[in-house]
Amino acid sequence: MRTDLYQGHDYYMLDDLLTEEHKLIRDAAREWVKKEVSPIIEDAAEKCVFPRHLLPGLGEIGAFGPYIPAEYGGPGLDQISYGILMQELERCDSGLRSTASVQSSLVMYPIWRYGSEEQKQAFLPKLATGEMMGCFGLTEPDHGSNPGGMTTNFKDDGDHVILNGAKMWISNAPFADIAVVWAKNEAGRIKGIIVERGMEGFSTPTMHGKWSLRASDTGELIFDNVRVPKSNILPGRDGLGAPLSCLDSARYGIAWGAIGAALDCYDTALRYSQERIQFDRPIGQFQLQQKKLAEMITEITKAQLLTFRLGQLRDSGKATSPQISMAKRNNVDMALTIARDARQMLGGMGITGEYPIMRHMMNLESVVTYEGTHDIHLLITGLDVTGLNAFV
Amino acid sequence: MKLLVCISQAPDTTSRIAFTNGNTEFDSSGVQYIVNPYDEWYALVRAIELKEKHGGTVTTLTVGEAGCDPVIRKALAIGADDAIRVDVKPTDAMQVARLIADQARSGGYDIILCGKETIDHNGAVVPAMVAEMLDCGFVSNATHLDVAGSQATLKREAAGGEEVVGIECPFVLSAAKGMAEQRIPNMRGIMSARTKPLAVESAESTSATAISQFTLPPEKGACKMVDADRPEELIRLLREEAKAI
Ligand SMILES: Cc1cc2nc3c(=O)[nH]c(=O)nc-3n(C[C@H](O)[C@H](O)[C@H](O)COP(=O)(O)OP(=O)(O)OC[C@H]3O[C@@H](n4cnc5c(N)ncnc54)[C@H](O)[C@@H]3O)c2cc1C
Repeated sequence: MRTDLYQGHDYYMLDDLLTEEHKLIRDAAREWVKKEVSPIIEDAAEKCVFPRHLLPGLGEIGAFGPYIPAEYGGPGLDQISYGILMQELERCDSGLRSTASVQSSLVMYPIWRYGSEEQKQAFLPKLATGEMMGCFGLTEPDHGSNPGGMTTNFKDDGDHVILNGAKMWISNAPFADIAVVWAKNEAGRIKGIIVERGMEGFSTPTMHGKWSLRASDTGELIFDNVRVPKSNILPGRDGLGAPLSCLDSARYGIAWGAIGAALDCYDTALRYSQERIQFDRPIGQFQLQQKKLAEMITEITKAQLLTFRLGQLRDSGKATSPQISMAKRNNVDMALTIARDARQMLGGMGITGEYPIMRHMMNLESVVTYEGTHDIHLLITGLDVTGLNAFV
Repeated sequence: MKLLVCISQAPDTTSRIAFTNGNTEFDSSGVQYIVNPYDEWYALVRAIELKEKHGGTVTTLTVGEAGCDPVIRKALAIGADDAIRVDVKPTDAMQVARLIADQARSGGYDIILCGKETIDHNGAVVPAMVAEMLDCGFVSNATHLDVAGSQATLKREAAGGEEVVGIECPFVLSAAKGMAEQRIPNMRGIMSARTKPLAVESAESTSATAISQFTLPPEKGACKMVDADRPEELIRLLREEAKAI
C-alpha cells in the first residue's frame, strides 16, 4: 500500500465540540495507526493473518476498555473518547477495530458491569493492556439473529458447572485467553460464563475462507463437557438483556467506527480525483465525480452529527437501544455506499491493494451483518416506533 | 539533572498558508497547530530519555498565548513533568529569547534544549541568543547528546561530516534530526498530563523588529517534459529559460 496520507474531514466543525483531550487521544491514535498499522495492513489482509504484534500497542493507545475506570486498570474515559478511538482504528481497518470492540465492549464491559469484584480484579487490568485477550460467544450455528434460541447449556456439578454446546463466528476466538460465553442453565435462563483457555474439553478452531475482515481472526468455540468453576459465572445479571447490553456498547462503537472507514474512502477518492487526469483535466472536475464526492461528504457529515449526539446521550446515560440501532444501521450502510462509489472513482486502481477502498468494502460486508444485521436493526426501529413486533 | 525544553507551536505541514491585515499577519483561521517537530521529536524526547536514564526533571517552556496550551499538554503527555507558559504573543526572535532567558536564569537548569528552528519562520536564532543572554555555552544542530556527570558529549552536523563536541553543563543546544525518535503519547501519558502543573507567567515584552510584509513564493510553473535522448534541449532550457546554469 502507498504511504498513508489520510487527513480527517470535519465539514461542520464538530471539532469545536470536542475537548482538548479528545483531540489529543485522536491524534495519538492516528499517529500510531499510521506508523504501526498502515504499512502492514494490506499484507495482513491479503495473507489473512491477524497482526498479533499490535496488541500491546493497542493497549497503550487505550483501545482496550477506554471507559473502564482506573481502579480496574482502564483510563476511565468518556464514551466520546471510546467512539473516537474506534473511528481511528476502523479508518485503517474494520478488523483492527473489531478486535478492539470485542475486547472492550463484549469482554471487559460484561465483566465490569456484571462481574464479581474478584473477577474484575483478576481480568480487567490484564485485558486493558492486551496482555490477556478475550472473545464473546453468543452466536451459534443455528442461532444468529435469534440468539435467545441458543442451545449451549450448563448443568450444576457442585462447585462447578458442566458446559456443552458450540458457538460460531466468534471474533478473536483463535487466540483469546478467555471467552465470555452465553449459555442457558437448567432452568433455561441465559447466564454469562468466563471460560478460560486450557480448560479440558474447550477448543477454538479457526474459521477459514473469509473474504471479509481478513486481518481479524474468527473462530468457533466448542464446549465438550467443560468443567467451569461456579466462581467464573457473572453474578450481576442474567437473561438475554445481559448480552444485549454488551451489544449496545459494541454497536455504539461500530457507529463511530464505520464513519472512519467512510472517511478513509472519501479521503482517498478526493485525493485521487485531483490527481487523476483524463481528457486533459482532473477527473474531480467532472460533474459526475463531484456528485459522488459531494454526496459522500454530506452523508459523512450527517452521520458525524448523529453519532456525536448519540455519544452525548450515552455519556449522560440516556441513549436507548433503538437509538443505537439507528446509528449502527445508518452509518454502516452509509460507509458501504461510500466505499462502492469511491471504488468506482478510482477506476481499475480501485480494485487493487494499492488503495484501501476494496478492503474497506469487503470488511464492511461483515460489519453490516454482525452485531445485528441491517434488517434486524430496521426491525428494532420499526418496533420502537410502532410498538408492534415484526420479528416473529 | 534539571532539563528545560523550549517548545513552540507551528502550523501543521498540510496547512493552507495565507496572510491578513495587509499581508502583515499570518492568517491562523482554520489552521491546525502541532508541536514544532524539532522541539518535540528531538529535543523533548531526548530530554525524557536522559531523565529516564539519569533521573531528574524535564520542564517545558513556551512563549505564547493560551492557544498554545494543547501543544503543551501534548508535551506533558509525551513525558515532561511540568510546563511554564510565558503569556506573551511571540513577535520576534530577540523578544522570545529574552523571555526564555529571564525564565531560565533562576531555574538552575543543567541543559536547555531547543529545536534547531521552527518550521514556520525558520529563524533558527533563538537558541543562540538564549545562550548568549545566559552567558553559557552553545552547541547548534546537535544530532546526538550524552551526559556523564556534568560533562556532555554532542555530535553536530558539519559541512561534509560531523563534529564531536564536549561541553560542561550548564549549556544550551539546538537539536536536529537524529537526536531521538518520535514518541507517540500513550494513554497513560495523556491521563497523567491532566494533572501535571502548567504555570502561566506574565511578562513585559518589546520587539526589536516588526513584519512589514509577507509574500507567498511564486506559483510552481507547469512541468516540462524533455525527451530522454535530447539532453541538449534540457541544457538549453536550463540555461535560457530557467537561467539555472
Ligand atoms: C466476521 C464476523 C465476526 C463475528 N463475530 C462475532 C462474535 O465475536 N461473537 C458473536 O457472538 N457473533 C459474531 N458474529 C456473528 C454475527 O453476529 C451473526 O452472523 C449475525 O448476528 C447474523 O446471524 P447469522 O449469520 O446466523 O444470520 P441469520 O440470522 O441466519 O440471518 C440471515 C438473513 O436473514 C435475515 N433475518 C433473520 N431474522 C429475520 C427476521 N426476523 N426478519 C427479517 N429478516 C431476518 C437477516 O437479516 C439476514 O439477512 C460474527 C459474524 C461475522 C461475519
